[in-house]
This record gives sequence, C-alpha cells and structure tokens, in this order.
Amino acid sequence: MIGVLDLGGGNLASVGYALDRLETAWTLVRTPSQLDAVDALIFPGVGAAGAAMAGLRTSGLLPALQAFLRSGRPYLGICLGLQLLFDRSAEDGQPCLGVIPGRVVRLATWEKVPHTGWNTVESTRWSALLEGVDGEAFYFTHSYVAEPLSGEVACARTTHGVSFVSAVTAGPLAGVQFHPERSGTAGLRLLRNFAGLSAPGFDAG
Amino acid sequence: MLAKRVIPCLDVADGRVVKGIQFRRLRDQGDPVERARAYAEEGADELVLLDVNATIESRPATLDMVTRVARELSIPFTVGGGVRSLSDFRDLLRAGADKVGVQTAAVARPDLVARAAATFGSQCVVVSIDARRRQQGWEVYTHGARRPSGLDALGWAAELERLGAGELLVTSIDADGGAGGYDLELTRAVADSVRIPVIASGGAGGPEDLVAVLTAGHADAALAASIFHSGRWTVAAVKARLHSEGVKVRL
Repeated sequence: MIGVLDLGGGNLASVGYALDRLETAWTLVRTPSQLDAVDALIFPGVGAAGAAMAGLRTSGLLPALQAFLRSGRPYLGICLGLQLLFDRSAEDGQPCLGVIPGRVVRLATWEKVPHTGWNTVESTRWSALLEGVDGEAFYFTHSYVAEPLSGEVACARTTHGVSFVSAVTAGPLAGVQFHPERSGTAGLRLLRNFAGLSAPGFDAG
Repeated sequence: MLAKRVIPCLDVADGRVVKGIQFRRLRDQGDPVERARAYAEEGADELVLLDVNATIESRPATLDMVTRVARELSIPFTVGGGVRSLSDFRDLLRAGADKVGVQTAAVARPDLVARAAATFGSQCVVVSIDARRRQQGWEVYTHGARRPSGLDALGWAAELERLGAGELLVTSIDADGGAGGYDLELTRAVADSVRIPVIASGGAGGPEDLVAVLTAGHADAALAASIFHSGRWTVAAVKARLHSEGVKVRL
C-alpha cells in the first residue's frame, strides 16, 4: 500500500485521484503509526519549507519520516517533498531532512518566478522513475530549486532561463520538482513507474 | 523552455456551464464534468472553474462539483467565485482544486492574499483583476464587474505580487464576451509591471486573438470560454495555430 503524507495543508486530493485512475491502492498518512504501516510513501509537498517542517514536528511525524527515509522503502517527493530531502533550504532559512547532501536555493533566473506552467524534463541519465517519459512536458509551479552536492543524484534537468535539477533518485528515494499528478498522461506514466516499482528492493535508478 | 498555456474557463451557475457577455446575460452551455473531460482530452493546459453566483448556501453543491471535476482531470485545476476566507481556500483545495481564485475579498481585505500564500503556498493563490479602461490607465472593479474600487490596475497588480499572489488573472471588462480580441495594452502593461505569471482573459474570438495576447500582449497564458463552448474552435486547433505561428505550446 502506498501512503500519501497529509500535513493538513493543501491539495493532496489530486495525487489520490491520479492513483485512483491508475487503480493503485493508497491511503492517507497522518500519524507515525500509519507511516510505519505503508510500503511506500508519496509526499506531495506544497507551501513553504518552514511551514512543512513545523507541521512535521508538531504532528510527531518528523522522527517517523526520518526513520522511513532510512528504511529502504520507496519514497517519492513532489515539489517541496523533493526539496525537503536536502540539508537546508534558503526558503525561511530552514534546516531540512538532510538525507541527500545539498541545499535548496531560490531559482536565479531573469524569467518569471514562480516558474509556473508546462516545461520539458530532459533525462541526464537513465532512471526507472523516468522510464518512457524522457523529453516530455510536465507541470511546474515553484520558486526554489534543489542543488545536490553530488551531480550523481540528479537524473533530469529543465531550463527556465537557467538549467536546474528537476528530478533526483538515490536508491529508493526519488524526488521531482514538477507535479506528475497534474501532468497529463506523462505524469500518470511516472506515477505508474513509481507504483510499479514500489516493491521490496525498489531502486529508483 | 516554458510553454504558453491555453486555459478553457467554465463559468458555472447552479451546476451548469453558462456564458455571460460583459458579466451578464447567462446562457446554458452544458455539464461542467463533461466539458472539463473534453477540454482535457483536447489538450487544455489547465482548467478554470468560476462559480459565478456563489453564495454561502450554494457552497456544498459547488464543493461536490469541484470534486467531480477534479477526479476527471490530470491537469491543473483552478476554482474561484465567492472566496472570502482561509477556510474557503482550504475547503476548495481539499475538494480537489489545485489553485484558488480570489477577487472581491482580496480588494476588501488584502491580508487574505498574504495569509493564503503563507498557509497554502503562493502557487495556489490566483488573484483576479477585473479592469475597465479609464481616462488614464485602468480601474479595478469588484462584485462581478459592477462596483468600481478606485484602485489603479497596475498599482494593484504590484501590491498583489508583494502580498504573495502566485498568478494574476487579468480580465478586461471592456473586451469580455465581445469576441473582438483581448485588451493587449492592459495585458502587456500588467505583465510588464510584475514578475509573476499573468493569465489574460476577456475578448477571445478566435485563435488569432490568443496568438496576439501571448506574443504582443506578453501574457503567460490565455483564458477563453465561449470560443470553446460554442464548438467553433477546439483547444487542439487553437494550440496547433499557436504552434504554427511560432508560439511555444505543449502539443
């Protein structure tokens, strides 16, 4: 069963509807014990880094999430759910989960920010996560981007005035800066890749 | 490179899609769920649903409709109409909206924009500006384009960006429903004065109007209703035309 992490903020309905369309079983995760019980986790992070980290602390989910991320179970972070994997975010000067070395910085571009709309995602290496969707357009809406310390975790890049990392994988951990749940058939394919690989021994590639 | 967006708009009253001309004279144009599904299949980049006569009593029915539409969609979905409070934002987001449109309440209480952005993120706060041309520039109207606010549209746009709005939906009251093309001057003036994306609305009569507003009008996205509802143009045909004119779109 895939868990969808609910911090009580925004629109996780669309992630659930996308999984429904794929006929994939999922459940909301609001407590540490619910998090312990799922085989895989999607964190559809929206909002600001500070508010999300505060939400993880007050709900008691922070230690459970940190344990989950070290348990080898598959994780897909969407947007803020990707950014929180890194050490620190320039948004609110916030220390994050620190499971992938690197930081999150404001998108430094002369183009409009937030970067909002459909943009192409170009693979920089093979990954199971992006199988079949290399070069497709996905829906983005964000002002901050991840800067991994090691180039190896990046598996795709996107250009909005400047080139930035739009997807990462590190063993069972995956993160995308865009919103697959709102990215048409390409987005559904990516979620299907994640759901299909959400079995013991998953490697996002 | 970021694509320009084509966004069909469903104006909904009592559970049916309607279309007004200069915000009045509503005509029945079908079932919102069917329309939403059809536009998504034609390649719409997003969908906007505006509850044109939202009241507190009609809110539960609207939330139900939002859920039914959201279940059908795998593209971003914005819902507006009668949004007055943070709990309206929360209800619509929980029902399946990805973004919430706010207008009259933002003029009355600008801190609602700031609080919504801090709580749910700027990406889901879309503020509508209905503007009418005056001797100098454009004035912001509220209450379904009935009430002048005294605000200058460009000054208000800059203030909304500062408050944390994620996008601006700019409607020309003069052009709305007239099919004579978008107000390119208004759109360009707003788009050039802010760094957040601008969605142009009001006046689309055919593909050439979307081409114009997405190039000369400097808009990031173009919203249209009746050209799609009437069946005269499909979203796919409009996007093919944009592509052939050199406008970057998602095909």
